[in-house]
Amino acid sequence: MITSFSAARAVVRRGRAITLLALAGLVGVYVLALDYTPVELHQGPAQKIFYLHVPAAWTALLVFSLMGVVSILFLWLHDERLDLFAEASAEVGVMFSAIMLTTGPIWAKPIWGTWWQWDPRLTLTLFLFFLYVGYLALRASIHDPLERGRFSAVVAILGMLLVPFIHLSVYLFRTLHPKPVVLKPSAPSLPPEMLRTLLISFAVCLTLYLGLVMMRYGVGMAERIREAGGEAGEVADAG
Amino acid sequence: MGNTIRLALAVAGKDLRAELRSRTALLSALVFAALVLVVFNFARDPTAISARDLAPSALWITFAFGAIVALNRAFSMEREHAALDGLLLAPLPREALYLGKLIANLAFVGIVEAVALPLFVLFFDVELGHALGGLIGVIILATIGFVAVGTVFSAMAVRTRFAELMLPVLLLPFMVPPLIGAAAMTSRLLADRPLSEMLGLLRLLALYDVVFVTLCTLLFPAVVDE
Amino acid sequence: MPPYDGPLLAATALARSYGPLKVLRGIDLSLTAGETLMVAGPNGAGKTTLLRVLAGLMRPSAGEVRVLGRRLSHADPDARRPIGLVSHQSLLYDDLTLLENLAFTARLYGMRPPREVARRALEAVGLADRAGSTPRQLSRGMVQRAAIARALLHEPSVLLLDEPFTGLDARASDAFRELLVARIARGRAMVIVTHQLAEAWELASRVAVLMGGRLALDEPRQGAVAAFLPRYLTVTGG
Repeated sequence: MITSFSAARAVVRRGRAITLLALAGLVGVYVLALDYTPVELHQGPAQKIFYLHVPAAWTALLVFSLMGVVSILFLWLHDERLDLFAEASAEVGVMFSAIMLTTGPIWAKPIWGTWWQWDPRLTLTLFLFFLYVGYLALRASIHDPLERGRFSAVVAILGMLLVPFIHLSVYLFRTLHPKPVVLKPSAPSLPPEMLRTLLISFAVCLTLYLGLVMMRYGVGMAERIREAGGEAGEVADAG
Repeated sequence: MGNTIRLALAVAGKDLRAELRSRTALLSALVFAALVLVVFNFARDPTAISARDLAPSALWITFAFGAIVALNRAFSMEREHAALDGLLLAPLPREALYLGKLIANLAFVGIVEAVALPLFVLFFDVELGHALGGLIGVIILATIGFVAVGTVFSAMAVRTRFAELMLPVLLLPFMVPPLIGAAAMTSRLLADRPLSEMLGLLRLLALYDVVFVTLCTLLFPAVVDE
Repeated sequence: MPPYDGPLLAATALARSYGPLKVLRGIDLSLTAGETLMVAGPNGAGKTTLLRVLAGLMRPSAGEVRVLGRRLSHADPDARRPIGLVSHQSLLYDDLTLLENLAFTARLYGMRPPREVARRALEAVGLADRAGSTPRQLSRGMVQRAAIARALLHEPSVLLLDEPFTGLDARASDAFRELLVARIARGRAMVIVTHQLAEAWELASRVAVLMGGRLALDEPRQGAVAAFLPRYLTVTGG
């Protein structure tokens, strides 16, 4: 199914173009966030990291769910391209997840006065990161491509279903210990400039994801061809 | 259905017989549990933190890591001499294999917990009283949660190079919801709060078990079937 | 329902790939009762893969395997019932005695009473006096005999052997061969996969060479192994 280096290169090229577009978009978001959006009343300029943190969080979560769905399809259809897509998504997703984890505390410190809090959302971001890392660690330790695909698919599916439970358990835990939350990380209703910027940022994040995944997918295609010992027509015997 | 259960019990019986004969994993788990309890006790400042405050955390960390030690051995016996092929070749439905391993693992972890609990009562000066029934219920529910997912992951981890490392890396995020529920309920039960106050947590534990036992039963064939 | 009288083991257009790597590229074979097929080939040619697919342990990427007319698939455990496997690994548990090992196998195959069945199987391979020993306490030759007892316990119609002579000295090899001829081959279909042609030559009624993912040279066994060897070397590229 994955057969030629030139096809792989084409995918990487297209992916690179999309990534550059997204990075340009990111600069645009940066400008929008700093100049166009109003400064939030309680939190001050530090709040603006929200325009990066929240879309990164949404993207990481979305990508993880996508991986879960793709994994179900892979177990059903046995198409290695689905596995490759899951692998590429995981590597990009872990990046977004790491962004979440670093921007979270950077935002939290000036606003809450503490680097970390065990609220449902932050806890979820932490565990999402662990799940991504576990997925990638497992993939790195299995050499047989079919086994690697099957095992990671199982982890991705279980992980996708774990996410609501983590959220629920932390939420239940905290309702038992009501803590006065003076400032909420995001206002319940946003002025239009904020909402618009947020959505634009999310679109940019998704585009960035798409571009990066395509690049990674293309590289993965080439890797698989090489692993198998050559292009179609010269596929080597096993021994 | 009855056939599946009968076969699952045969698999579980074989696991238990083999493990009780060699006892290596069981002993390591028990020693580990005792060690954690002792360290927790010596690591705290007795004037600042009472043993009772620390008790639920200490107990659940002991149980969680004891479970991991016990789970590590679940599939390693199948690796020597390719015994797993014998299981896969037989007309043994994969659900029966999973269930059998699950039952055996529950038994091992149960043994570790049964030994650790009295030690815990002793070292942390805890009064169980009428909390015992509720506590046992919580322990059973949370353990089913750990072991259901742990059984699948140990089947995978055994095929990687660093199996003992891979299993905790994969399993720990999955242990968090049952751990949160169980630890929270334990501290409340020990404070003599009635069960009716914790129904949300209880439901969480039960729901987790139902969802993950089902899911793992469905996904287990993907791990063992090539 | 009329009794089944087709081939005991039949494979059609079997293919197996690992991603783009094609290990098996279209294998057909058919065996009736009493036939023994030896599949030879250099290491890495895919012999073990072929055997695992025939045993139902591995899913083929294309094609199918039928045992007693019933298609093998992961979803149908009973289709595997007529298959027995002797590998170079014993498939036994080190911490259980031979009797316990075989009694467990008997339970897996629903044979009752399990301990009786196990005892009889051990007697048949001359290991009745070691029933209380664990595999660790036995020599390699004895372990192999125990492995055969385990494989034959449920009286399979199809016996698959994967490099069964590995690690056996000359005496143990002879004993193993005798066991196969005397008790096993009658009425069964067997596939022996090996790279040691001489060991299995006398047992086979057909020989085939697995090369390039296909069965090159699939013919009845005739003459001595020495006569076959040059052609084998030609096909496998020396």
